[in-house]
Amino acid sequence: MSWTRKHLLDIQSLSAAEIETVLDTARSFKAVGERAIKKVPALRGKTVVNLFIEPSTRTRISFELAAHRLSADVINFSAEASSLRKGETLKDTSRTLEALNADIIIVRHSATGAPHFLSRFLAASVINAGDGAHEHPTQALLDVFTIRECKGKIAGLNVTILGDILYSRVARSGIWALTKLGARVTLCGPSTLVPKVFEKLGCRVVHDVEEAVREADIINLLRIQHERQRRTMFPSIGEYTSLFGLNKARMAKTRPDVLIMHPGPINRGVEIDSSLADGPQSVILNQVTNGLAVRMAVLFLVNGGSEASLAQ
Amino acid sequence: MASTFSIVIGPDALSRILTRMAHEIAERNHDPSEVVLVGIQRGGVGAADRLGGLLSQIWGVTVPTGTVDVGMHRDDLDQNGAREMHPTAIPVDINSKIVVLIDDVLFSGRTVRAAMDSLADLGRPKCIQLAVLIDRGQRELPIHPDFVGKTMKTAPDERVRVSLKEDGGDDTVGLEKA
Repeated sequence: MSWTRKHLLDIQSLSAAEIETVLDTARSFKAVGERAIKKVPALRGKTVVNLFIEPSTRTRISFELAAHRLSADVINFSAEASSLRKGETLKDTSRTLEALNADIIIVRHSATGAPHFLSRFLAASVINAGDGAHEHPTQALLDVFTIRECKGKIAGLNVTILGDILYSRVARSGIWALTKLGARVTLCGPSTLVPKVFEKLGCRVVHDVEEAVREADIINLLRIQHERQRRTMFPSIGEYTSLFGLNKARMAKTRPDVLIMHPGPINRGVEIDSSLADGPQSVILNQVTNGLAVRMAVLFLVNGGSEASLAQ
Repeated sequence: MASTFSIVIGPDALSRILTRMAHEIAERNHDPSEVVLVGIQRGGVGAADRLGGLLSQIWGVTVPTGTVDVGMHRDDLDQNGAREMHPTAIPVDINSKIVVLIDDVLFSGRTVRAAMDSLADLGRPKCIQLAVLIDRGQRELPIHPDFVGKTMKTAPDERVRVSLKEDGGDDTVGLEKA
């Protein structure tokens, strides 16, 4: 059993064996979700706090349901309705939550490193649910879980990540997870959003979409994040779609068994043709189902990886 | 301090014990179509496979055999941390069935308690019976086996090691003293 961590802060510091432990554990939790009784008592009596300082619906709901299915109590804390609006610091907010005996705090924050910062002084376990453009570890874990489930392996596969890489924490976590597990990662998008510097992470950087998807086993599409762009990185959405959008003509030049992934929310008609998003090669909804299982596994593992238990 | 290890039951004796247990299960349960064997991960899985094979011979019908993992239902998750998970897979619906829960060693009874809770998530059996190869005493919960291979008096710091061919072992039971 290769999991002794109290926190899940990023993928970068995990070993391949630790990632595989999460995936194997998630497989058991996925089976729980397919039963008539979808709940197990593993986190009974524990308190889980969703501390979402940046808006999120899908990730928050997924974590919330995951915690419920483990029998934990869940508190949702969002920036809009919180004392952060009244000038309280993140440190004080999180300490207040901990004073209510929270056992696990799930953090989403627009600042890189916010979860790492909290983990240094909180007694509770901290799970990173997305920090700035840095990492989104559970998204990467559910992506590799879905790939392994569909293809039976990760090592040796060609995975193309297409879209806004520069501002994407999903891309960064994904690159770490995929390369650690032995996949060959290709990044593609406008050169302003996919700079060559990403080659230092062990990826191939390509700016021609047809070349990027030709040999791909998996195409992982990322949303163009209007809200994260500080200045215009490409002329228009229409130009992005014509140069990088995944459409039927481009799909016709890919491998017949290529799978399409997308972390959501989808901009239909921008990064992907609507019919492709709903087509037989799309595993976008499988990703949602698997996200729940992966988050149950992560909650279960960090709870078991508490310092008290490791001392024994 | 050096630990000592001694074989307590050899392959021939173990084979006779398992055959007797299979006959006892067949004697207690008259309708083979009602019976499902469920081995507790991991030690009980090999024993369940063996007993399933023996019962299928006795009854002349295949007895469905499955596995249950208790990792999500343990009461010591805070003390001992998360453990590796293994599949919970039972090939038939356990509702209204007689589930014979099988483990290699019965000790505190906590694993069996967790296994019964885990089964309750899967359905409502007509009844649950408990079969163990070794009952080593030292119970911490009011749990009593229906079928016992051999009762052994042990101290808390001793370890009983069951090694079955199904798990790549040599069909022996050993006792390890710290």
